[in-house]
Amino acid sequence: MRIPLSRLATLALASLSFGLAAAPAHAQVEVDIEGGISDPMPIAVPVMPTPSDVGTAAGQTSALGRQLAEVVANDLKNSGLFTPRGPQGVAAVPFAQAAAPDFGYWAGTQAQALVQGFVRANGDGTLTVGCYLYDVFARTELTRQGFVVTPAEWRRAAHKCADTVYTRLSGEGPYFDSRIVYVSETGPKGKRIKRLAIMDQDGANHRFLTNGQSIVLTPRFAPNQQSIVYMSYQNERPAIYVYDIGSGRQRLLVRNASLTFAPRFSPDGRWVIFSMAQASNTDIYRVSASGGTPQRLTNSPGIDTGGSYSPDGSKIVFESDRSGTQQLYVMNADGSNQQRISFGSGRYATPAWSPRGDLIAFTRQGGGSFRIGVMSPSGGGEKLLSDAWGDEGPSWSPNGRVLTFFRASQGGAGKADVWSVDLTGQNVRRIPTPLDGSDPSWGPLRP
Amino acid sequence: MAKLTSKLIVAAALVATAGCAKKRPEVLPPAPGETVAPTDGAGTGAQTGTGVVPGSREDFQQSVASDTVNFALDSYDIDPQARSILDSQAAWLQRYPNVRVTIEGHADERGTREYNLALGDRRANAASNYLAARGVSAARITTISYGKERPLALGSDESSYAKNRRAVTVVLQ
Repeated sequence: MRIPLSRLATLALASLSFGLAAAPAHAQVEVDIEGGISDPMPIAVPVMPTPSDVGTAAGQTSALGRQLAEVVANDLKNSGLFTPRGPQGVAAVPFAQAAAPDFGYWAGTQAQALVQGFVRANGDGTLTVGCYLYDVFARTELTRQGFVVTPAEWRRAAHKCADTVYTRLSGEGPYFDSRIVYVSETGPKGKRIKRLAIMDQDGANHRFLTNGQSIVLTPRFAPNQQSIVYMSYQNERPAIYVYDIGSGRQRLLVRNASLTFAPRFSPDGRWVIFSMAQASNTDIYRVSASGGTPQRLTNSPGIDTGGSYSPDGSKIVFESDRSGTQQLYVMNADGSNQQRISFGSGRYATPAWSPRGDLIAFTRQGGGSFRIGVMSPSGGGEKLLSDAWGDEGPSWSPNGRVLTFFRASQGGAGKADVWSVDLTGQNVRRIPTPLDGSDPSWGPLRP
Repeated sequence: MAKLTSKLIVAAALVATAGCAKKRPEVLPPAPGETVAPTDGAGTGAQTGTGVVPGSREDFQQSVASDTVNFALDSYDIDPQARSILDSQAAWLQRYPNVRVTIEGHADERGTREYNLALGDRRANAASNYLAARGVSAARITTISYGKERPLALGSDESSYAKNRRAVTVVLQ
């Protein structure tokens, strides 16, 4: 392990090149994306050793080595594409073997791939985390990465390592090193207390952002992840606010005598689109992210809301009941050329354009249930991914392969929780939150 | 900017509001915390035996047919029953021209969150427009939509949904 020490100093999280090129791309191990969980790949994730067990702000490096492996294994398992072996129940790897695995032993575990690594405390208080991926049967290294992090950000190094493995084996983009902002809920159904909260995509590092005195709804990340746009009933005057994550300050973005809601950033972060209701007619507007006079984009009788930009910013998908029921429409970003794209039975709502650009996720209402589905931006290839009584409000992972949404349950004790599902529709799971949760918005990959 | 919908009641209400706004003097709201004095207590039983202050929120609750009108699924039409309730509210409001109200619009849980905010707004507006058409100055009425955030009945059944699709008139004090 030859890590260029000169690069350790500055960045909070730096990706280091280890010097060796990754193995050729025709490796034998590959994850079957389309198959979903039908045939997940066995992958060994042993504890990451440390060259010397020292205390850090995040605990002893020996304990961190275990925790890092646990986070990596958990990420890979949650993707639905892997069945991790370890760190519990597999052999400890001596530090000297981190870059020279005992392939014979790992072949005996039936693992097809192997993630090894190490954690080292540096003199300047940072940690270096090494991450190596091997093809067990071919006995070759597939890729390696190193990360330098502050002890407080050790989980990010694990997520980056898991992203390295996932990307190399699946061919998909990374998404584990990302966060979700959502509305934490508690209290009786008729008077829910709602607070903005933020967490890592695996539910860790949970933090409340607002105190619950006012109803808050529909938070969405800014593309630069510095701020969140959302709707608040502060002073019983519902309006659109921007929350600055760094300072904790909130500023009013749009308030009108009329109701304003459903805000979302443009991909370049310069604009916020939102809906405004006037005289029983709701249209979509855009306003500069720094405020100012809104410009109207739609002008049709009916409720036009739920606007979401295409990743290149050139188009907007939205829902409208202009035909009589909620349906999805795509228009140019200036409001021109509005075309209906949903024609199935039932209602289509809450569209969200994939960051990959290839799909639009939505809530489909019909037959007494709300379900999450996807279709192409031209309206073809519709596929429903979830099947429950009250699934609503999909939001895409940074790589466009997973959706988070909320699932409401019925009755007087009904509540909502945050869930995720991938494009196979097979891997549906709840994201752990301290209280109930709704309106999740998945942020971009962290830099 | 504002678009008229095809709903006749809305169109009628807007015309009526515009007409009233020109004729009526500006009505000042009561100061915060101040009890609204009745301007016309005659013939209304100014002080009932139960100690209800005329023109108060309590008086409103006791005097009108209901503070709440309900709506059909995904509708904001004012039906005959809602009309008679709003007529009673309008009559009371005309008796106490200093009183201001806010109308809260609500939706049942079988709609998506953002759509329901717009739907709750439509319902609050429909009730507001009706009161304005009955001569209550639009300047005395504010509206707020709660979408599906504040259900009255907590069940997930048709009778609960029917109760939750509502516009509630609240006297501001």
